[in-house]
Amino acid sequence: MNALENAMIEKARDLLEKGVVKRVVGWERGEFAYDPSPATFESAQSLESFVYNDFCGANLSKYLIKVSKNEGKTAVFLKPCDTYSLNQLIKEHRVDREKIYAIGIECQQKLDHFAIEKIGIDGIREEKYDGDEAVFHCVDGEKRAKKEDVVLLRCLTCKSKKFAIAEDTVVLHEMTESCGDRFEEVRKLSGMTADERFAFWQNELSRCIRCNACRNVCPACTCIKCVFDNPKSGVAAKANDVPFEEQLFHIIRAFHVSGRCTDCGECSRVCPERIPLHLLNRKFILDINENYGEYQAGEESEGKTPLTSYQVTDVEPGDAVRKGEDR
Amino acid sequence: MQRIGVFICWCGSNIAATVDVERLAQLIKAEPGVVFSADYQYMCSENGQQLIKNAVKDYNLTGIVIGSCSPRMHEATFRKAAESVGLNPYMVEVANLREQCSWIHKDREEATKKALVLLRTAIAKVRLDAPLTAGESPVVKRALVIGGGIAGIQAALDIAEAGFPVDIVEKNPTIGGRMAQLDKTFPTLDCSACILTPKMVDCAQNENIDILSYSEVEDVKGFVGNFKVRIRRKARYVDETKCTGCKVCMEKCPSKKGLNEFNMNLNNRTAIYIPFAQAIPNVAVIDPTQCLKLKTGKCGVCQKFCGAGAIDYTMQDTFVEREYGAIVVATGFRPINVDAFNEYGYSDNKDVITSLELERLMNAAGPTNGVLLRPSDNTHPKVITFIQCVGSRDVSGCGKPYCSKICCMYTAKHAMLIREKYPDTEVHVFYIDVRTPGKNYDEFYRRAVEQYGVDYIKGMVGKVWNENGKLMVQGADLIENEQVVIPSDLVVLATAIEPEPSVRKIATLLTASIDTNNFLNESHPKLRPVESPTAGVYLAGVCQGPKDIPETVSQASACAAKVIGLLVKNHLKTNPCVARPDETACNGCSQCANVCAYGAITYVDKEFRIGGGKTETRRVAQVNPAVCQGCGACTVTCPSGAMDLSGFSTAQILSEVEAICRK
Repeated sequence: MNALENAMIEKARDLLEKGVVKRVVGWERGEFAYDPSPATFESAQSLESFVYNDFCGANLSKYLIKVSKNEGKTAVFLKPCDTYSLNQLIKEHRVDREKIYAIGIECQQKLDHFAIEKIGIDGIREEKYDGDEAVFHCVDGEKRAKKEDVVLLRCLTCKSKKFAIAEDTVVLHEMTESCGDRFEEVRKLSGMTADERFAFWQNELSRCIRCNACRNVCPACTCIKCVFDNPKSGVAAKANDVPFEEQLFHIIRAFHVSGRCTDCGECSRVCPERIPLHLLNRKFILDINENYGEYQAGEESEGKTPLTSYQVTDVEPGDAVRKGEDR
Repeated sequence: MQRIGVFICWCGSNIAATVDVERLAQLIKAEPGVVFSADYQYMCSENGQQLIKNAVKDYNLTGIVIGSCSPRMHEATFRKAAESVGLNPYMVEVANLREQCSWIHKDREEATKKALVLLRTAIAKVRLDAPLTAGESPVVKRALVIGGGIAGIQAALDIAEAGFPVDIVEKNPTIGGRMAQLDKTFPTLDCSACILTPKMVDCAQNENIDILSYSEVEDVKGFVGNFKVRIRRKARYVDETKCTGCKVCMEKCPSKKGLNEFNMNLNNRTAIYIPFAQAIPNVAVIDPTQCLKLKTGKCGVCQKFCGAGAIDYTMQDTFVEREYGAIVVATGFRPINVDAFNEYGYSDNKDVITSLELERLMNAAGPTNGVLLRPSDNTHPKVITFIQCVGSRDVSGCGKPYCSKICCMYTAKHAMLIREKYPDTEVHVFYIDVRTPGKNYDEFYRRAVEQYGVDYIKGMVGKVWNENGKLMVQGADLIENEQVVIPSDLVVLATAIEPEPSVRKIATLLTASIDTNNFLNESHPKLRPVESPTAGVYLAGVCQGPKDIPETVSQASACAAKVIGLLVKNHLKTNPCVARPDETACNGCSQCANVCAYGAITYVDKEFRIGGGKTETRRVAQVNPAVCQGCGACTVTCPSGAMDLSGFSTAQILSEVEAICRK
């Protein structure tokens, strides 16, 4: 058990015992060290199974849509990047601000167990960071790996260590911002010819098995009735009409979350086929930044967004099209 | 299943010459749901409409497709015809076989094929049409005129005369506009101020007119009959209700180095000033960029001397919100900046001036009290050369591609006035063409040439340079076929005019369309010349296109007639093609409300059954049908597809696309 986890459990116990909140949303110990899962804790006793380690990558914001409908306040542990998602949900009136007690927590990059498996490390019992390395205590002894090889993709280009929204924080050590240009990959794709780019996405998206994990985990995909589940929308049928339906599914999804996606990276984290779905969203974010000025969804919990407001300085549609043609 | 009738119009030979209308009428019979089809020479004629009416009755038609001109031309005609025989007017769809087919294609076979697709598309839409009923919205009986030049003044006076209240919003401290700066007016040579200022006084005295000078339109919401406008009243630092216009402040003000905009910056004015003697309202204004008290906190002389106690240095901009039924845009023009025309040396030589500057130099209330003195040394110019089309009809990119229309006449006027007042002056005019259509216009120009001996030279000027105090004007004389150099004392540039640049912001606020030269577009260049395509917005004066005073006044009065025609109505029929939310799919995310330009969408908390005997309260969108304009922005923004547009539903549009793509 680590000091940070202890401090979080104490914070949760205190809030529950004092009756400040009715429940706490956090992570529950799984069968292995690398599979903690999101869970709701309603009593001090239940906190026994509470866990917070470097595998707690899940963004808990989306669970609040449902949980916060229950009576009383809900406390939630959010890493800096997760706070943007909560803010965006509050902005869209999907979560009632009054019923949330947001606790910002320390995050020193999260691990990607797919990546760890890929370099042949398994049977992990415990993990820790040692400078630029991650150290794993496995059933067959200690193993080391370069941190950059085993953390989640999104953590390599962490967008912020700022809490966009938080009543309270549990931060024991200074959080180091990882550098790196998060649009580097997008620019690389934009530099390709249309045919190369098509081939790239065809290759990536052809692995899609339509498990809907990306949609289900996405904090921006919160529709009561998703267009892909609604035969009346005409979209579900469209996606099935083409020989290569995943193209349309993912592109339509990217359009639907454009301007609202906070770039939390959950889509790529959960994809069992390791499709870099976050690149589609980042393309939209980059375009918004270039055409309407820097914008980070979820930075504010109210106000207008570039795609749903008009300003005289907005890019002319023709100019935007020409810009696309230049590439 | 709908029983659909298809009616194909020849439009004389407009459609029939390129599209095989008879074959089309036969082919379209094969479409499912089509029970009747016919072609006719003029479907919009009385006989054509009768053909439609008879078919509705004889074949029990439930939907109609007309293959004709653009729905903008005759949709209303055909809807009315359908309604007269008991069919809901929104069960009529128009396939545009003229503008979008016959007029743009040459090959008969190709055009006929495309016409068939267009008809199928309209049939696909009519199959999903449902009867709609128009609602009503009230009309606010008040008009807004943006711009207080002669166009705005004339429109306001005419509307007020009919008994409706009008507000004039003018961004400058006084109304009067460009016409107030002019000396004499063509072709009668009567004094501009003498005919304009009585109208300005009429405006001030008319109890139906409220002049909001030194004010700007900040925001416009709503729609025809119900505009809500937010107006910024800029701080003038002088209480309009107290100032008597005595001008003591102007005498005492120590800051005298401000450029006098009214005199085209040819002389100076004080920091507190009244733009000109007959200004309306006759109230001083402080230029905050020049006033010592406002800039440094030290002075306060005007306040000390103001007997009325009208000076208030702490004044801030204020905002008023008012409702209007109609809006007249009369934002006017300005001369273009001629700095880019290096060949004429405007920025290098004080004695190269624009025509509007000449107006001020010849005006009795101008910087020289009406004595024509050249700016460099205040001497009488003996040789004056006019250069026409400076920046007009210019496709080089420096100027404007259009003809500014007024320059030929005012240059003839200037030349004539100078020869009249100073007969010893030599006057030359370089021109490309002299264009003087209009009543008594060509006679006026001929008088300048024949009676006053003005030397007109056909040709363009290549260069103006200063040689020992003389302005050397080098140009081509195309009739003599030679190069000429005229040593001149004064050079006057007949500068092109362009719409006042603030019109872009106004156009955006009003969603009124604008062309590439920033002129506002009229709804139809011939048949609806004073109406903007945006309902309830009317256009007067140069903001719509270059024109002179008589034309401006005519257009302003025409605008007023249109406004009065609107304001006498108590109610307007609203468009039933409005958005409607599917509450079971609405997430309440507010994106639709954010994009709605009309403020038609609000939210309510509603209880929904969620199964198992339980309910949950959800935030859902509601559309006010009287405010919704059916633009469809919300329907494409909604991520869950909960918003749909009656008469243009997503299902209809998709089925139209499918019909187009069908092989």
